[in-house]
Amino acid sequence: MLNPDQKLNSKIFDLQVEQVPIRDGFGQGLLELGATNEKVVALCADLVESTRMNLFADKYPERFVEVGVAEQNLVTVASGMAAMGKIPFTSSYAMFSPGRNWEQIRTTICYNDRPVKIVGSHAGISVGPDGGTHQAIEDIALMRVLPRMEVVVPADSVEARKATIALASTGKPAYIRLARNKSVVVTTDESPFTLGQANILINPDQPEVAIIACGQMVHRALLAAKKLQAEGVVVSVTNLHTIKPLDTETIEKVAHEAGAVVTVEEHQVAGGMGSSVAEFLVSGRPVPMEIMGIKDLFGQSGEPAELLDHYGLAVADIVEAVKKVQKRKK
Amino acid sequence: MSILTDDKKEFLALKANNIRTSIIESLVTAGTGHTAGPLGMADIFTTLYFHILKHDPQKPDWVDRDRVVLSNGHICPVLYATMAHAGYFPVSELSTLRKFGTRLQGHPHREYLPSLETSSGPLGAGLSQAVGMALSDQMDFGPNTSRYIYALLSDGELEEGNTWEAVMLGAKYKLHNLIAVIDRNNIQIDGYTEDIMPLEPLADKFESFNWHVIVIDGHNFEDIVDAFNQAQAVFGRPTVIIANTIPGKGVHAFERQYEWHGKPPTAEEGKKALMELRTLAGKIKSENE
Repeated sequence: MLNPDQKLNSKIFDLQVEQVPIRDGFGQGLLELGATNEKVVALCADLVESTRMNLFADKYPERFVEVGVAEQNLVTVASGMAAMGKIPFTSSYAMFSPGRNWEQIRTTICYNDRPVKIVGSHAGISVGPDGGTHQAIEDIALMRVLPRMEVVVPADSVEARKATIALASTGKPAYIRLARNKSVVVTTDESPFTLGQANILINPDQPEVAIIACGQMVHRALLAAKKLQAEGVVVSVTNLHTIKPLDTETIEKVAHEAGAVVTVEEHQVAGGMGSSVAEFLVSGRPVPMEIMGIKDLFGQSGEPAELLDHYGLAVADIVEAVKKVQKRKK
Repeated sequence: MSILTDDKKEFLALKANNIRTSIIESLVTAGTGHTAGPLGMADIFTTLYFHILKHDPQKPDWVDRDRVVLSNGHICPVLYATMAHAGYFPVSELSTLRKFGTRLQGHPHREYLPSLETSSGPLGAGLSQAVGMALSDQMDFGPNTSRYIYALLSDGELEEGNTWEAVMLGAKYKLHNLIAVIDRNNIQIDGYTEDIMPLEPLADKFESFNWHVIVIDGHNFEDIVDAFNQAQAVFGRPTVIIANTIPGKGVHAFERQYEWHGKPPTAEEGKKALMELRTLAGKIKSENE
């Protein structure tokens, strides 16, 4: 059922499938950039290992800046470095950057038009035991409202590596959202990846509902599609890794092929990826839509999987949402 | 010992007087904007742009130029007037200040006026950007960098935590290519700084953060030049020049009144102010004869 063009991990549906934290891919990508692009510099706010920036910092200490626990300074110093021609990657937990330093990002990076990359690790409720204070579930909304800011939510570590490398050469500000926990590696090195271009992972001839997901929800969407297939419901699944700029062409295509959409993300329903899709669809030819995400609540301590299930992002919830939106068609 | 010739002093004083005149004219035309800060910083901007800076107004993107980061963007009437008089754009353009379609936005925006190094307005973020610039230069060239990064700050914005994050980082990385100037005019929108949020002992604060500190009279051209010369010679530490200034300097009615922080002169007040500045210019000329 998987789209062969996407060259996905063949073990996606196995219980023994490889699991790697998405943030690992960022660390690897940045390390590679160190060798290929001398303009790339890295700044961190006392979370070098957690954000996997340590790989770069250890190999290129002369291009690494430790700013201490000071997220406002993190991004403003990066803006100054970008003004001198550097391509700065700044890392912290998403809750602190862009959570704490939003106005600095707006004025000194977006308004100033500086190509600083904001790397927000530990995003989503899948942060787990640290609890609600550390679970950024508003960050996509915060970043996508900023003019010039590009927003990327990789589905797995492999995609995070590719996205990191690609973002270095856009010449624009960007936010890349990473997760802490180990999650299924959905794509492979051979999978196509282009910023701003969504990937249709399951592309049936006559889909009844289009599921659009981002981040580690992509894997859950695939599991839901398999379950639905067994029940005779055919769905397409799209990995919308770039939320801004939005791939309206692909969204238009999958939405109208199926005539109904379910979006799934580990973020507040308000202002996230689903909102972004809805904003686009509603201005053209709207279709019935379910936006799955956190429903105006804060997170809490727990294991990643149990938290996702608790907040309504279980595979069964996706299956149910598909059936619900299917009934709203016509 | 005199570090400036009498002619040079007269030149700077008259230039500052012209810049103050342009500030008043542009504010009156705009009918909105800040008066006290721009007038208070006119002598320092004049000295910077007409004596200290390595820059070329005809080639604003010259790579080796010094960088000027204005952190407290609201005093931009003095930045715009100084840049215009230095030749970055026509002085006549100052009359477009704050109007629709202008390159001279109410707070500086480098998308509209590309010869600006940064956009600013929200306080407390300028020093960090200057730190980033200085750090970038030291990364590329080691301790012997060929240009200086000047950060211009207000005293009120020292209340922003972001400023102190930058102060710490500047000392950590020994950024002697970074020179900050604080406009110590003791006022902010709601009143006098020491009533709103006491900043003193300000020099001690910076010294304890491992900065080189120079305290000057911000209206004495020799003091100003001497401070910049000293700052350029410091090694292993960033320098802060705490410039004691008189807000509204040059126009008696506006001086030392925090009420003049955020409003422009009316046409009538502007007329009187311009007259006073003309009288002052005549005095400067006759003194040097």
